[in-house]
Amino acid sequence: MSYNAALTDLIIKMADDELIQGHRNSEWTGLGPVMEEDIAFSSMAQDKIGHAWALYRILHENLEGKDPDKFAFHRPEKDFKCSHLVEMPNEEYGFSLMRHFLFDHAEAIRYESLVDSSFEPFRILSKKVKGELKYHTLHANAWIMQLSQAGEESYQRMQEALNNTVALAAGIFEPSPEYENILIAERIYPGEAALYQRWLDRIYPILVKASLNLPDMKTITPAYGGRQAIHTPYLRPLLKEMGEVFNLDAEASW
Amino acid sequence: MYGGGYIFDEPNKKQLREEEQHDEPEKLAAFEERIAKGEKIEPGDWMPAEYRRQLIRLIEQHAHSEIIGALPEGTWITRAPGFKRKLALIAKVQDEIGHGQLLYNAAETLGKSREAMINDLLSGKSKYSNVFNYPAETWADVAVIGFLIDAAAIVNQVANAKGSYGPYCRALERICYEESFHLKQGHDAFIELATGTPAQRDMLQDALNRWWQPIMHFFGPPDKVSSHSEKLMQWKVKMASNDDMRNQFLDAYVPKVWELGLTLPDPALRKNEATGRWEYTDPDWDEFFRVINGGGPCNAERLQVRKWAEEHGRWVRKALMRPAERKTFPAA
Repeated sequence: MSYNAALTDLIIKMADDELIQGHRNSEWTGLGPVMEEDIAFSSMAQDKIGHAWALYRILHENLEGKDPDKFAFHRPEKDFKCSHLVEMPNEEYGFSLMRHFLFDHAEAIRYESLVDSSFEPFRILSKKVKGELKYHTLHANAWIMQLSQAGEESYQRMQEALNNTVALAAGIFEPSPEYENILIAERIYPGEAALYQRWLDRIYPILVKASLNLPDMKTITPAYGGRQAIHTPYLRPLLKEMGEVFNLDAEASW
Repeated sequence: MYGGGYIFDEPNKKQLREEEQHDEPEKLAAFEERIAKGEKIEPGDWMPAEYRRQLIRLIEQHAHSEIIGALPEGTWITRAPGFKRKLALIAKVQDEIGHGQLLYNAAETLGKSREAMINDLLSGKSKYSNVFNYPAETWADVAVIGFLIDAAAIVNQVANAKGSYGPYCRALERICYEESFHLKQGHDAFIELATGTPAQRDMLQDALNRWWQPIMHFFGPPDKVSSHSEKLMQWKVKMASNDDMRNQFLDAYVPKVWELGLTLPDPALRKNEATGRWEYTDPDWDEFFRVINGGGPCNAERLQVRKWAEEHGRWVRKALMRPAERKTFPAA
């Protein structure tokens, strides 16, 4: 396995997660439980999609990747490497909120680890993204705390959402040993196992504060597969919708 | 967007209530003098009951138009072609929701809660701009809405921003500032299609043909049949007549459509150079009233979406009202 292939793999995983999570966030526009949440999810959607765009540009400019629009809007499902967590439909707000909490902390930890990456474009990008993620995680923490302490129904919904998302979220850290070993040796990033541990250390005290019970992570089965392009049934229709206009004429300028 | 020129009122309340205007003649005179001098009325100031009622009606319907107006374009966020369009559209629709928030806050200063306003929207008692009861069928519709309907809304909102009620004017100033960016993104998407492939141009022409009548309806019925009170003009609640606003819009934007080689589906549309006024075929005003009263192609769908949001978000709003009830976490 070459360095370039390993780096490309990591960038695609990160970018596809951001693109699809951004897509899901954007689906809340106009539908939030309060207008302020509509606005918050739309705002985070822009940031996520913006991060994906930046990562596809890094691929395009440094690793012979395709034009970012074509790569995002005109790529077959089998070439996507997003995690199952982001593919899931929004369902109720509780599910979306918990996914946002788990995903954004994972993302924050990942970008923090890239601040001293040996790959310069990561160092530059992570400085900008870290600042944005500070607000995303603040938002998630505030709502998790509020809703888990506001009566039985709300508490139950949050606990149920946590139970339903945690194995999916663990799937973010699906290992790819053949690539990761190169990237760790080259000091690109610390590898999935290290990030997973840091993520648990980060979310655990917040969940304790919110009186939510994190299931025993040793007993759950992480939702792996996305990184090897094995997807849930939800991704294909999402991609079809995302490319609906673009693919009327992928050569045209829109 | 999106305050249309036409503000729906329940038919039996069309006339200003005389007794409410004359109950405190000295205060009324002082109030009217302030407005005549160009002063702004603020929430704690004395105001006639009818002024308050008309303003609530106006601002509330404007707010509803913002959040309902987010829906036809919002359905295209997930389908917007390419990163640039996608990000711009999310930001734009997000702004519209933000305008709704600003306007509900402005209306709340007059004594009606956001919840009461939303309830009136869902029950059909309170209306919103008719233009959002039509479907956005293709991507070109997003360009037409973003360019021409935002442009029409700006004509209306710039006028209203000079009105007499302080909180509404200040909200509108910020809204107009953001709308001018929306107009740019709409115009940009519009030009992209107009100068694109034959299929893109056809798509745009088709959207223009379908949206022309709703756009002509946007400013409301012609002055000769529209019974807006002189009093509302004097009180600076209504700032310009429907026909004047429509004319201003046509004057600024019809040439921009024509110069791109596109057509508008009205053979009579032309500017009378002698009068400076635009001439056009009257749109179907029966259709306008049919749609306002619930008979448009998307009235039910729009309210259904809002009802979904209200029902599925109820537990969240309930939880916000009960802070820290389950306060069990350790202080450290």
